[in-house]
Amino acid sequence: MSERTSNRIFDIFNVLIITFVILLCLMPFIHIIAISLSSTRPIMSGLVTFFPREFNINAYTKVFSDMAMIRSLGFTIMLTVLATVLSMVMTIAVAYSLSKKDLRGRKWFMLIIVITMFFSGGIIPDYILVRNLHLLDTVWALVLPGLISPFYMIILISFFNSIPKSLEEAAEIDGTTHLGTLLRIILPLSLPSLATLSLFYAVGRWNGFQDALMYINRPDLYPLQLKLYQMIQNNQVSELMQQEGLGMAQLMPESLKAASVVFSTVPILIVYPFLQRYFISGMMVGAVKG
Amino acid sequence: MAVKNSTYIRRNWQLYLLLVLPVIYFLVFKYGPMYGVQIAFKEFNFFQGIGGSEWVGLDIFREVFHSNDFFKALRNTLLLNLLDLIVSFPAPLILAIMLYELRIVWFKKFAQTILYIPHFISWVIIGGIVLQVFGTESGFINNMLTGMGLDAIPFLSNKNYWLVTYLLVGVWQSAGWGTILYLAALTGINKELFEAAEVDGAGRFKKILHISLPGIKTTIATLLIINLGNMISIGFDRPFIVGNVAVRDYSEVLSTFVYRVGIESGQISLATAVGLFQALVGLIFLLAANYASKKLADESIL
Repeated sequence: MSERTSNRIFDIFNVLIITFVILLCLMPFIHIIAISLSSTRPIMSGLVTFFPREFNINAYTKVFSDMAMIRSLGFTIMLTVLATVLSMVMTIAVAYSLSKKDLRGRKWFMLIIVITMFFSGGIIPDYILVRNLHLLDTVWALVLPGLISPFYMIILISFFNSIPKSLEEAAEIDGTTHLGTLLRIILPLSLPSLATLSLFYAVGRWNGFQDALMYINRPDLYPLQLKLYQMIQNNQVSELMQQEGLGMAQLMPESLKAASVVFSTVPILIVYPFLQRYFISGMMVGAVKG
Repeated sequence: MAVKNSTYIRRNWQLYLLLVLPVIYFLVFKYGPMYGVQIAFKEFNFFQGIGGSEWVGLDIFREVFHSNDFFKALRNTLLLNLLDLIVSFPAPLILAIMLYELRIVWFKKFAQTILYIPHFISWVIIGGIVLQVFGTESGFINNMLTGMGLDAIPFLSNKNYWLVTYLLVGVWQSAGWGTILYLAALTGINKELFEAAEVDGAGRFKKILHISLPGIKTTIATLLIINLGNMISIGFDRPFIVGNVAVRDYSEVLSTFVYRVGIESGQISLATAVGLFQALVGLIFLLAANYASKKLADESIL
């Protein structure tokens, strides 16, 4: 009987603590949303915590009427889709070939790829390479250097290997080519893994800003994160807002910054729940077999 | 071997075709920069290029090892990683065990969903949030403190408070995500062990202590060793974004140092030499860690 009571107490405390941790996790987001929906005076006097004060959506109106911001959003979406698709095509190609254990030369291919996980030239030689290839200030500087992640490749290889070999053999007996097997049998069976890796690639591209910081100087090629970085760090309000001058008077950058932060987070949060159920299984397959 | 070469190629050419572009990618974008590493031994000049610049032997390295800023960055890298290991390493382990003990399935799923989210938020955005939460003037926490008549805490401008902030933000961003592997390992433990322990009258804590923890000890050991192997490598985004000029003494790490010296100040050779030093020492750490994990946990990372 006392065993049952202590179990209950354990459960209650466990749920309480986890709930507390969840709140800790969410509080910064709630706070920043509250800031983005408040007006300047209460923000400045420190009255805004988790609820908007003097509710208004001015900051969002500003963000959405800022053409530079919208253009940057469009560019980042395009960039993310392009980079993710190319990354996935390349990763699938290399992972499928290398998942064939009897492929001649497989060890060598694995070796030259895995070495790059542990040794690299460093950011300066990377920069010089991108410069020499004349990729500076082009979209490709943001797409090509990080095209394939060896780590994701390994996850995908172990996923391909977990698919029963008999399926492939059956297809081969029917005279299907390797490409046919890949497209018609392997890929449809790998959707959870493919969704997971696409999410990882996409989030990496969406959130990345170091490469843009290094390789991009043309403002029209600034991804959202770089724009946001400059806005937050330099307290710079984007071009259009500065031109408006007086119209800005009632609007403090604080709520504007908060609104921009929300603005560039929402796309991730929209995609995330759809793919979330996949990535746990996707991660585990790769990790446990590691 | 039984199959003749020509037949083998005819049967498998598509597999090799699939490898062409990826291999070219790795050669150009991963091995290409390795060619550029030689400028750590040269006085680099953009007009003469990598090949044309003049060899200077180890002069650049001498310069690096005489630079106080370099040693400060090196010290900070090791310091931040070590503190991170102490603070951030146990967090996902504890969290995973608590999540595993949750009995309400929907709540468990919900908790995981929420706890993973910070991992998907960019450091730029986290930087914005950090300012809003920890800022001295209008930060949320300081507003509450001053509201209660207490003094504001310079979370971002005092070196020691900054360290605490840096570590807390790290835990916040990574703890939930870090639970995935532990949860996977916990799920792999034989359920009968728990039932047997229950029959023997073991309580929840006893079961955690004697079954859950030993059951995932290889996972713990492996992750610990990987962390130790990465002591000298440090991500760019977090120290760059969370750091600021006021706390440069602690926030300047090797990755941000290389960026500032190389890209911002244009000392290409010096920055390459620092990067090369970091890569080599990192590789040694990693190989040592791998060797250790083979010996200790009979598990190899490589």
